[in-house]
Amino acid sequence: MVNNYIWLIPVLPLIGFLINGVGRNSLSKGLIGFVGSAVVFASFCISVAAFLQVSKTGGFTVDLFDWIKVGSLRVPFSFLVDQLSSIMLLIITGVGFLIHVYSTGYMHDDAGFGKFFSYLNLFVFFMLLLVMGSNYVVMFIGWEGVGLCSYLLIGFWYSNPSYADAAKKAFVMNRIGDLGFLIGIFVIFNAFGSVAYLDVFHKAESLHSGNSTVLLITILLFIGATGKSAQIPLFTWLPDAMAGPTPVSALIHAATMVTAGVYMIARSNILFTLAPITMHIIAVIGLMTLVLAALIAITQTDIKKVLAYSTVSQLGYMFLGLGVGAYTGAFFHVLTHAFFKALLFLGAGSVIHAVSGEQDMRNMGGLRGKLPVTFATMLIGTIAIAGIPPFAGFFSKDEILAHVYAHNPVLWVIGVLGAMLTSFYMFRMMFLTFWGKFRGTHEQEHHLHESPSSITIPLIVLAILSVVGGFINVPEIMGGGHWLQNFLAPVFKASTALQRGETIETSSSTEWALMGVSVVGAIIALIWAYGKYISKGQLPVADTEERPAFTSLSYNKFYIDEIYDNLIRKPLDALSVFFYKIVDLLGIDGFVNGLGKGSMEASKDLRLLQSGNVGFYIFMMVIGIIAVLVYNIFRF
Amino acid sequence: MDTLTQNIQTIPLNHYIILCAIIFAIGVTGVLIRRNAIVIFMSVELMLNAVNLLLTVFSAYRGDATGQVFVFFIMALAAAEVAVGLSIIVMIYRNTNSLDINVLNRLKH
Repeated sequence: MVNNYIWLIPVLPLIGFLINGVGRNSLSKGLIGFVGSAVVFASFCISVAAFLQVSKTGGFTVDLFDWIKVGSLRVPFSFLVDQLSSIMLLIITGVGFLIHVYSTGYMHDDAGFGKFFSYLNLFVFFMLLLVMGSNYVVMFIGWEGVGLCSYLLIGFWYSNPSYADAAKKAFVMNRIGDLGFLIGIFVIFNAFGSVAYLDVFHKAESLHSGNSTVLLITILLFIGATGKSAQIPLFTWLPDAMAGPTPVSALIHAATMVTAGVYMIARSNILFTLAPITMHIIAVIGLMTLVLAALIAITQTDIKKVLAYSTVSQLGYMFLGLGVGAYTGAFFHVLTHAFFKALLFLGAGSVIHAVSGEQDMRNMGGLRGKLPVTFATMLIGTIAIAGIPPFAGFFSKDEILAHVYAHNPVLWVIGVLGAMLTSFYMFRMMFLTFWGKFRGTHEQEHHLHESPSSITIPLIVLAILSVVGGFINVPEIMGGGHWLQNFLAPVFKASTALQRGETIETSSSTEWALMGVSVVGAIIALIWAYGKYISKGQLPVADTEERPAFTSLSYNKFYIDEIYDNLIRKPLDALSVFFYKIVDLLGIDGFVNGLGKGSMEASKDLRLLQSGNVGFYIFMMVIGIIAVLVYNIFRF
Repeated sequence: MDTLTQNIQTIPLNHYIILCAIIFAIGVTGVLIRRNAIVIFMSVELMLNAVNLLLTVFSAYRGDATGQVFVFFIMALAAAEVAVGLSIIVMIYRNTNSLDINVLNRLKH
């Protein structure tokens, strides 16, 4: 029944893209905003129907048409709607819709309003394609498409060269990862003779753990995931992606794009379970990313940069979860993170809107009274991300950390330290923005105002979701039913069967203790931030002043961009200069020019033998030909 | 193909040869007596196509497709040659403001 309408889910945003793209200059802003939001809302409604269908009868595949058919390669354009993708659909269209509504208010005075909405619709379209594809090739189209749209949206204000650079950086970083993913798909086809999920996973189930082909495939897929989901070493594009308008940041960071890597690994979970080495790599990379990003976040002064690094850090948690085999936990965190990170970004956008475009927290402060709705909703988001119960982030982070503990207590300790850092930098952001006195100019203070309802209503909806979102997967010891885990069980069935016996079941008292430690840790960090930024009233120092060594290191993002610059860009530049100056100019050009000059020199004296009368030349030539003919005829 | 060959063969071979010889001679004369570079160029093409026609005719009479294949190669070659030749003429005109080949004796000095 609903199967017949599944294709409408991605097609509706595509139609929205076409309408808004063609009519970007002719349609009125109200109509553009309405079309852009309405198509996504319609997709959301169909996604809800699909979700209900899946929860009743299980996953299903919808074949649309044969796309590629060459030799033994057959790539149908078909959609797989199962437990995993139906929830992703709800996140993308649901949160995406709220961001569209928010954008109607936030972008209202921008000249590129129509262009912006057409890009947003296209972004949602490609993300839906990525999630719904029933094989790796369709996923790859969506994968490339979101890369393109992120480029367009990050560089939306392209007249500013540094924004355009940020867009290019995001694109190039993603391309590096995409290459890994693409080669991974080739190897998958080579090894399994198919690119369809169901075929590949079915064949993979009969393989042994530690198979070297699977190891290669998973490493390549993981490289792809590090690009899209901003893990070490390809994470530097994400903080720079802040150059885009704030709704874009929310869309990229929460509902779409960065979740693609996590989704891809969760989708291919059986392959990853069969490659324990890759799993270790993922866990370690995830852990490193989460700690590094958190350490950077604690000294940033740009409100959006703090949130950007917190996204990288939270993605680190998801990968840590994937790495220890907690697929449900990682996916749960994707879900809750989508709610509270979209909320925080949109809230930050509302703040920036109120203070006339200022993003530096050193020039904010005391906004609590002026922006009551933004303040309340952002506080909820902060509590949720810090992992304080009973808000959403607590349950998902705890789910991951419990699995990490069962896997390796050392990783757990680092994970909890990361959680403390999360709590610290998030409350630091809140305290600097909303407490104290306003530190901006008088003009800004005069303009302070709460945002219009098109901005506050999405904030309120997301805040409600951030509060209740965690309850869909309450662990048994707290009297919950682990609903999400049971719902997703069919997707992870084969992996769960393989993992059985590997993980140690933690007793309920240990589980309580683990939760207690992480909650206490988060609260200690909260009090520490309170003491530092409210009781003592400290402020991050101005750029011109000296910082202590570590703060300086963190404020400058551990010089990772500079390291990449010196390690990769400069040698490449030098190589290009070498090829241009030496090989091309001297070698190739020198050879060709030398030939020309050589013949000029050689013929300098010989040319005086010629009369220069072309007619005479031709006449002599004809005489010569006739002479040769006559000779040939009369010789015999 | 066969009927086409038969149609060609209804006219005696000698007639074709004479026609080609006349076209060729016109070409040679044109090259010899004209001084305009473009007309000379056209005359060269005339000679080339006289040979092409002859090749086709022999090919049809002998029932051997090789000659016709050869004609295609000549045509492709002639197209390239025209491109080069015309660009040379354009350059000559730009440099001398004339298409008279008798002006082109400056290399001597």
